[in-house]
Amino acid sequence: MSATNTIRIIGHRAINAIWRIGMASRFFVYTLLYSGSSFRRFHLTIKELFSTGVMSLIIIIVAGLFVGMVLGLQGYETLKRYGSESALGTMVALSLVRELGPVVAALLFASRAGSAMTAEIGLMKATEQISAMEMMAVNPIARIVAPRFWAGVISMPLLAAMFSAVGVFGGYLVGVVQIGVDEGSFWSQMQSAVDFRDDILNGVIKSFVFGIVVTMIALFEGYDAPPTAEGVSGATTRTVVTSSLAILMLDFVLTAIMFRGN
Amino acid sequence: MVEIRDLNFAYDKRPVLKGVNMNMPKGSLVAIMGLSGCGKTTLLRHIGGSLKPTGGHVRVGGHMMHELDQEGLYTLRRKMGMLFQFGALFTDMSVFDNVAFQMREHTELPDEIIHDLVLMKLHAVGLRGTQNLMPSELSGGMARRVALARTVALDPMLIMYDEPFAGLDPISLGLVGDLIRRLNDSLGATSIIVTHDVQESLKIVDYVYFMSEGVVVAEGTPDQIRASDKDYVHQFVHGEMDGPVPFHYPGRDYRQDLGLRV
Repeated sequence: MSATNTIRIIGHRAINAIWRIGMASRFFVYTLLYSGSSFRRFHLTIKELFSTGVMSLIIIIVAGLFVGMVLGLQGYETLKRYGSESALGTMVALSLVRELGPVVAALLFASRAGSAMTAEIGLMKATEQISAMEMMAVNPIARIVAPRFWAGVISMPLLAAMFSAVGVFGGYLVGVVQIGVDEGSFWSQMQSAVDFRDDILNGVIKSFVFGIVVTMIALFEGYDAPPTAEGVSGATTRTVVTSSLAILMLDFVLTAIMFRGN
Repeated sequence: MVEIRDLNFAYDKRPVLKGVNMNMPKGSLVAIMGLSGCGKTTLLRHIGGSLKPTGGHVRVGGHMMHELDQEGLYTLRRKMGMLFQFGALFTDMSVFDNVAFQMREHTELPDEIIHDLVLMKLHAVGLRGTQNLMPSELSGGMARRVALARTVALDPMLIMYDEPFAGLDPISLGLVGDLIRRLNDSLGATSIIVTHDVQESLKIVDYVYFMSEGVVVAEGTPDQIRASDKDYVHQFVHGEMDGPVPFHYPGRDYRQDLGLRV
């Protein structure tokens, strides 16, 4: 009996998971289909760009600075063993633009902006604001979801770029100003080693993909949240957990595709 | 204006509406009353086209609601207004923007005209002075009145009210009731009120339907309802504790539950 029950529970969860993936995919397609107004009435997207992008700047800049400073310290200690301290700039820049910039910025974005989007839409649903919009013949996907989606997609690469830039500055502060690595070699080696297409562009592609995934997860969780306090809090938690796992898994896949054999 | 014929609906396998028949002529103000969970709000959602019946039909202004595609439904909804239980004002918009919302979404009116129209609507509900406030700065009764102004923003032909009197103080209650009647008459609209506030509703409506467990158990004008000798109506109108609707939820024998010998 208990074995049958276990199988039944596993089956039920599997069906539920597949059903949710289907719902999320349909939600994504609808969001793309109804995205026209996000560009025709761009002020709606700009408003969301402010709350998702601009309001995330502080956390991104502070985190970027500290990550860059830690990279400077750790990188110097490691490179010193091989007598390559002058390559510190290259190491800091490549680590940031290829990996840490897109990944850490996306993780921070998921916890700061993603959770806020889920909670906001979940609460709009719980207080019948979404139903009210539907009754006013206004499509909530076009009016609420699509502007937030595009704001997230646009913000993410910009935030990742900001994270990397501030991180490089943090590495400079520690490596050059504090430890005394030669400033000329720090910048010149970085300039010659960092390739625009292979490094920067691939980093931008990564953050663009993370932007799509994190924003979509946040919006879907909010839209699908049960209209109760418990439902909204559960959806917010799921946004952060699912987004973080998705970012790390996708990072591996994208890295394997982009940098294998380089 | 609204014709409901043999309407059936079930959530999963649980029947909620069982063969409901109603008529709401143009210009009338009709109340649908009954206990919580008797199917009133479900019925309202059928009239608004949010739910599709498992049997029978709802016809609004000559249109079969369940046969409309999304475009047709949205076209018809532009001629409808709905007041939700707690107003469902958009919390990220000011009072002015809430009332202007539909005008901006559905019309090409210049800002100056929208400004004047919004002030006229707010003036009609006595809240012109609140135009710059946010919904969080309004009392429950004021929020309901602003929501009422938003509901009638585009002069709808059909207005639906879902529990418009819930949680209001006596002054706001009388005020909202009076506004509902006046707006219905001045717009020449048809209004449907879903409520269990008997005394306030009987003062303003033209006709009443009583529902219990998904069926219409009584109907008539307010005078007929007041004079009704039907047990259910009598209990409901006079707020009696026991009657056809029992005070005690069905359960085991009380003495048995207390472990006493019968």
